[in-house]
Amino acid sequence: MTAILPILAASAQQADPSGRPAPVQHPFTPDPAGRAVIGFAHVGKTYAARAGTPLVAALQDVNLSVPEGAIVGVIGRSGAGKSTLIRLVNGLERPTSGRIVVDGTDITALSEKGLREARRSIGMIFQHFNLLARRTAYENVALPLEIAGVSHREIKARVEPLLDLVGLADKRDRYPAELSGGQKQRVGIARALATRPRVLLSDEATSALDPETTNQILALLRKVNAELKLTVLLITHEMAVIKAVAHRVAVLDGGRIVEEGRTFEIFSHPRHATTKAFLSAITGAALPAQVADRLQPVRTGDASAVLRLVFTGTHATDPVLSRVSRLLGVDVNIIQAQVDDIAGEPFGVIVVSVPGDIATVAAVQAAVTGLGLGVEVLGYVS
Amino acid sequence: MFPEILSPAIVDLLIDATRQTLYMVAVAGLIGTAIGLPLGVFLATSRSGELFAAPALNTLLGLVVNAARSTPFIILVVAIIPFTRLIAGTSIGTNAAIVPLTVAAAPFIARLIEAAIREVDQGLVEAARAMGASPLQIVGKVLLPEALPAITLALTLAVVSLLGYSAMVGAVGGGGLGDLGIRFGYQRFMPDVMAAVVIVLILLVQAVQSCGDLLARRLDKRNRRD
Repeated sequence: MTAILPILAASAQQADPSGRPAPVQHPFTPDPAGRAVIGFAHVGKTYAARAGTPLVAALQDVNLSVPEGAIVGVIGRSGAGKSTLIRLVNGLERPTSGRIVVDGTDITALSEKGLREARRSIGMIFQHFNLLARRTAYENVALPLEIAGVSHREIKARVEPLLDLVGLADKRDRYPAELSGGQKQRVGIARALATRPRVLLSDEATSALDPETTNQILALLRKVNAELKLTVLLITHEMAVIKAVAHRVAVLDGGRIVEEGRTFEIFSHPRHATTKAFLSAITGAALPAQVADRLQPVRTGDASAVLRLVFTGTHATDPVLSRVSRLLGVDVNIIQAQVDDIAGEPFGVIVVSVPGDIATVAAVQAAVTGLGLGVEVLGYVS
Repeated sequence: MFPEILSPAIVDLLIDATRQTLYMVAVAGLIGTAIGLPLGVFLATSRSGELFAAPALNTLLGLVVNAARSTPFIILVVAIIPFTRLIAGTSIGTNAAIVPLTVAAAPFIARLIEAAIREVDQGLVEAARAMGASPLQIVGKVLLPEALPAITLALTLAVVSLLGYSAMVGAVGGGGLGDLGIRFGYQRFMPDVMAAVVIVLILLVQAVQSCGDLLARRLDKRNRRD
């Protein structure tokens, strides 16, 4: 599994010396050398809501590369252009400008017939599952194979292992109305895998599910990604989904990709306001109200500095605070702390207040930075 | 059938008339479906941006369908007599009556099928496109099978309507229950014949509707629970 890319195995080991199983899905380095399975180059898409009305830009100059074997997440608010973006990959929508290359094939240059052929190696799952109500689980999974003209015998040989893989062997003759949301999405995933695609597109696949079921479906996506070496492009509006499965993330805002990188990097060092807004909900970036209300941008009198320390990778488990405290003789007051796991890497955020003059605060900052942590002055409270 | 009330001769007439009605409705229903089903599928899939996008043809066919549907049936029967003669070789009799019945049924069925197809979730069409399905495969594997319960109810409604229309073809010597009711029940002042005709028609409609409902329920898998 770890041998998908040598670089992957190496950096995974480096990130986790504790002897725990290496988080396979994790440090995926971009591969600009052309090993991208999906590539967007300067892609734009404009719509006329109705003939004669002004054009609306859904996507502008989108450049994105999905490395082989990776799970890449695109996050954005409603209307940011996520749906358009994912539909461009299998040609359900055509771009106004730019090129989209999937597995070496320029999707934008294909005829309708060529596109149908190409779609058979691109699986897709949907928010509302889109299962046929009058077909059983088995028959739904068989549908793409029937469409591809596969024989009944071959269909049976392929569908049954897939139902096993998604854990629904006992539901093979059930109709969608008899299945729960999570089970329906499992059928959807099995169906998307039936033609043995190299790429899976996930269109808000967990947005209609409860949190527990969401986790199960995400675990299944991780499993098919690892076991079948399937490249996954998913769109979502939930940072928790990105955090759970995506090696890389692109943040889409107003039709543009405003930030893109390794999930862990984006989570630990978000730069764009939209990214920060998405993150604040889940990484404890939002301060407790009683601190946030009193926070001043400049120091007055004997106010304490409020710092956010970001622990990443191996440092997440270091006893940094007590070390700094001992080293500099300052009392550090913890306001908020959270340790999390992002795309398989430990990640901690601690918000502390440090009393003392500017020199002391600067010394603390230097010491913390010296220990390999990220630090940011949020403001001052008196 | 009604030995106490109706004379054997009238009973024979009633049986003959029922046979004629069933024959006309069955043949007109079959041919009407053969024309209306593809027409309905096309109407449901040919607006701009749809599977078989042909907006101009869609509009044109829509106008033709509307024109046929807005003509009162009794006027349609006489208005298309030349066409009936062309098709059936005569303009009088049960076989000739099938022509206007079919001409009335086909556009009606087309509109009903169109509505049934449009009820199918567009997400399913998108899923099928994402699988690489051709437009014809989408119709054959997704739209028609998924709409089948609604199509069954639509055809049931069409047959019931045809039973009603068939009462008017006495105007061109088509025979059938309606004709019997008019000629004997009304013109010869035989209220018992009229009553018998109405009862037979009620029973036929009930039977058709019940069968259609039952079949549609069997076909519909959306509300199944353990």
